[in-house]
Amino acid sequence: MSGRTADVGPGPAGRRNFLAELLAIACGGLATLAPIGAGLWAFLDPLRRKGAAASFLPVTELSALPDDGVPRQFAVITERADAWTGFAAEPVGAVYLRREKGSGTVEALSATCPHAGCFVEMESGGRCFRCPCHNSTFTLDGGIVAPSPSPRPMDALECRVAKNGEVEVKWQKFRAGVAEKVVQ
Amino acid sequence: MNRPDTRSSVARKGPLGRLADFLDDRTGYRAVMHEALYERVPGGARWRYVWGSTLVFAFMTQVITGLFLWASYSASAQTAWESVYYIQHEMTGGWLLRGIHHFMAQAMVVLLALHLLQVVIDGAYRAPREVNFWLGLVLMMLVLGMALTGYLLPWDQKGYWATIVATNLAGIVPVFGPSIQQLVIGGTEYGHHTLTRFFALHAGFLPGALILMLVVHLALFRKHGLHAKRPFTRPDAMFWPDQVLKDAVAMLAVMAVVLGVILMPALRAMLLGEPVHAGHLGAELGAPADPSLPYAAARPEWYFLFLFQFLKVFEGWGATGEFLGAIVVPGLIMGVMFLMPIIGNWRLGHRFNVAFTLGVVAGAGLLTAMALNEDYYALWVDKAPLAEAQKLYDETGGDETKLAAALGGDAARIGVVQRQWRKLEKIRHSQAFLDAAKQARLDAARAIELAGRPEKIPPAGMLELVRADAKSQGPRLFAQHCASCHAHVDPRSPGAEAILAKASAANLFEFGRASWMRGLLDPAQVAGPAYFGNTAHKEGDMVSFVQGDLADADQWKKDDIEAVIVAMASEAGLADPGVQPAILERGRALVADGERCGGCHKLGDNGTDLGSAPDLTGWGTRDWLVGIITDPTHARFYGDTNDRMPSFGKAAEGAAPMLSPQQIGLLADWLRGDWYRP
Ligand code: FES
Repeated sequence: MSGRTADVGPGPAGRRNFLAELLAIACGGLATLAPIGAGLWAFLDPLRRKGAAASFLPVTELSALPDDGVPRQFAVITERADAWTGFAAEPVGAVYLRREKGSGTVEALSATCPHAGCFVEMESGGRCFRCPCHNSTFTLDGGIVAPSPSPRPMDALECRVAKNGEVEVKWQKFRAGVAEKVVQ
Repeated sequence: MNRPDTRSSVARKGPLGRLADFLDDRTGYRAVMHEALYERVPGGARWRYVWGSTLVFAFMTQVITGLFLWASYSASAQTAWESVYYIQHEMTGGWLLRGIHHFMAQAMVVLLALHLLQVVIDGAYRAPREVNFWLGLVLMMLVLGMALTGYLLPWDQKGYWATIVATNLAGIVPVFGPSIQQLVIGGTEYGHHTLTRFFALHAGFLPGALILMLVVHLALFRKHGLHAKRPFTRPDAMFWPDQVLKDAVAMLAVMAVVLGVILMPALRAMLLGEPVHAGHLGAELGAPADPSLPYAAARPEWYFLFLFQFLKVFEGWGATGEFLGAIVVPGLIMGVMFLMPIIGNWRLGHRFNVAFTLGVVAGAGLLTAMALNEDYYALWVDKAPLAEAQKLYDETGGDETKLAAALGGDAARIGVVQRQWRKLEKIRHSQAFLDAAKQARLDAARAIELAGRPEKIPPAGMLELVRADAKSQGPRLFAQHCASCHAHVDPRSPGAEAILAKASAANLFEFGRASWMRGLLDPAQVAGPAYFGNTAHKEGDMVSFVQGDLADADQWKKDDIEAVIVAMASEAGLADPGVQPAILERGRALVADGERCGGCHKLGDNGTDLGSAPDLTGWGTRDWLVGIITDPTHARFYGDTNDRMPSFGKAAEGAAPMLSPQQIGLLADWLRGDWYRP
C-alpha cells in the first residue's frame, strides 16, 4: 500500500453502521433496478401481443377441388403484420382440403404438425400424411396412425363453402406438443 | 513468489525498459503477469491438460469472428438472409470469416464433450472443485444455447424450420412454457422480433453471461490449481512456457482442422481442375425462410440430432412422451450431472459418475447414428433383393389381406414379405428425405443465383424475388395445378412412356418450340398420348387433318411442313436464331393460307374468324399462354370445344380465381423457359 489513504479502522459498531449498510444497498439496488426494470418491461412486450384474430379466409373454389376424397394442399393467403412491416397479401401457411365423393362439404386440415410444428406432407403414394421431422403419420382424414410421436390428430380447421362457391377456412394455429387442441 | 528486483538495473535500461518500469510502478502489471504465467504444473506439462485451453481459444475465435460478422449482419426478416448472402458471396473473405465461425462452433461442441469427459473420468469435480464443476456445466449450457440461437440467424429454410421445432418444444414446459415460447420468438409469429431476440441472445446475453462465468471458472481453476493426474513421471514444470507451448500447439491443431474442413472442397476442385467458387466454401446458406413452403429436410445441426431422434423414441406415448423426451429426460440427465460432486463422495460414486457419463455419450452417439441411418438408409441399402417384395407391394397396394391372398396363405412367405415391406418403407422415407435435401440444395443455389443479379435484391427482400422466379415456382405450380392432367416430360427420357400414358392431356415439354410442333404435325404422334391421344380432340378436326392432309405428300411437301414448324416456333419467339427469314416467310404464308391451316385457324389478319380452332396469332407467346390458362373457353382458344381444362384465371363475381395473374404469368414463363439466367 502506498499509504496515501489513511487507514480506516472498523467503525463504531451498532445501529448507525447497520443503517448505512442498509441505505447503501437500497440506493445502489434502486439505481440498478431502473435500467433492468425498463429493459424487462420492454422485453416482456410480446406477452401481451395476441395472434391475429381468426377469420374465415377464402382458399379456393369448390369446383377446383375434385370430390375424390384425396386431400389437396392450398396456400393460405392473407394480410399479415410482422412487427413494423405490413404485408398486403402473403402466403402464411397451408391447408389440406378434401371432399368426399358427391359431397358439397369440405374438410380442412392444417398442414402444421401438431407434434412440433413441421410441415406435414402427403406420403408419395398419396395414401397417408407423414411429417418429415419425426415420422408422425396420419390418415387422409387427419387421424393418428399409431404409434406416433404426435400427441393428437392433425388439426381440423373450420371450413365452409360461401355462396359464390369459394371454400373458406378459419385460419388458426394451435399449441404444438399437447394432447388437447388449444388455440395459440 | 520471488519477484525479481527491477529497480537496480534501471540505469542500464533503454527507453522501452524504462517505460515498462513506469507502467509497472503505476499498475503492478508484472506481478499480475507473473501470477498468471508462473503457475506450477505438478508432474510437468502434459497434452491431457490442453482441452480447457483449446475451449477458451475456440471461444475467443467465436468472439473475434462473431464481432466481425456482426459488423456486416442485419437482423430482420427482410435483411438477415440478404446480409448473410452478401457476407458469404460478395464480400472478400466473407466466406472464410463465416466458415471459421460456423465450424469452430462445431469444434467447440466436440471440445466441450472431451473436456467434460476428462473432468469426470479424472474425478476433477471432487472437493474443493465442486463449484467450478457446476460453473463448467452452466458454461456448457450457455455454449449450446449460443449454438441453438446462431442456427436461426441466417434466416434460411433449415434454420427457420429447426427453430420452429425447438421453440415449440420450449412451449411444452409446464405453466411457463407458452410464455417462454412467446418471449423468445417475440410474439405469436416468427418474424423480425424472433431474429432480433435470437441475435441479442446469441451475441449479447449468452456470451456476456459466458464471459462472466468463464472469468470465475478460470479464477477458481487457478485458485485450486490444476487437477494433476497421478502418478507423476516427470518433475514439476511451469505453466509458462511449458504447458502454454502444448496448449498453443493444440490450438493451432484445432484451427488447422477448422481451416481444413473449409478448404477441403477447394483443394479437391483444384486437383480435379475445376473452378473454385469462394462463396461455396465454408458454411452453407439455404434458401430464404418461407413459412408457406414445406421443408422436408428440416434437421437440426448434427450435434443436436440425438435430441431430435430422441423424440421419435417415445412414439405412441402422446403428449407425455414428448414431454418426457424433450424436457424430463434431458432435465434429469443434467440434474444427475449437477449432483456428481456429491455422488462422487459415496462409495462407488465416482464409478457411477464415469459410467453414467460414458452411457450418456454412448446413448447420444447411438441416437445420432440412428438418425443418420434413417435419413441416408436408401444410399447404402441393397435394393436388389427387395424387387420381388416391391412388385407385390405395387400389385396389392400394400394391403395385407390382399398379400395373404396373393401368396396363397403361405404364412412363412407372408412374414418374409412383410418384413421386406417394412424395409421398403424405410427406404421410401429415406428417399423422401434425400429428395427433399436435394431440392433444398437446388432452391438454395437458385436463390443465390438470383441474389447475384446485377439488379440486386429488392427492398422487400429475397423471398419476394424467389416467389416471382419462374424457374423455381413453375414446377411447383405445375405440379399442383396442371400435372393431374398434363405431363411435362422429355419424351426421349427413360420412363417417359409410363408418365405420358397416365396423362389425360398434352405433354407440355418444350411447348412453343419447333420440337413440340414437329410432334404435333407428325401423323404418327398427333393422336398419341403426348398430344391429343387422351383427350376429346382425339377424334377432332386437327387429328384428321394431320393424319389426312399432312400425311399426303401431294398436298404437303416435307419442307413445307418444316417451314410451318419453324414459323410457329418463331411466332412463339422460340425459334432457333439461325433460321432463314425466307423459310419463316413461307411457313407463315402456309399457316395463314385459307386453303391450309388458315381454313380453321386465325393468324394475324388472314380473315379467318375466331372460334373454330385456337387463334395462332402469337401462339406460344407469354401473352397467348396467359390467355389460355386464364380462360381456355374464350373464343380465342377452344371456345365450347374446350375439353375439361379449368379457367384458372376466371372466377365468379366477388370470388378469387384459382390462380392469381402473377401465378399464371409464372407458369407461362416457366413453360417457355423464360427465366433469369446469369
Ligand atoms: S414435428 Fe411433425 S413429427 Fe415432429
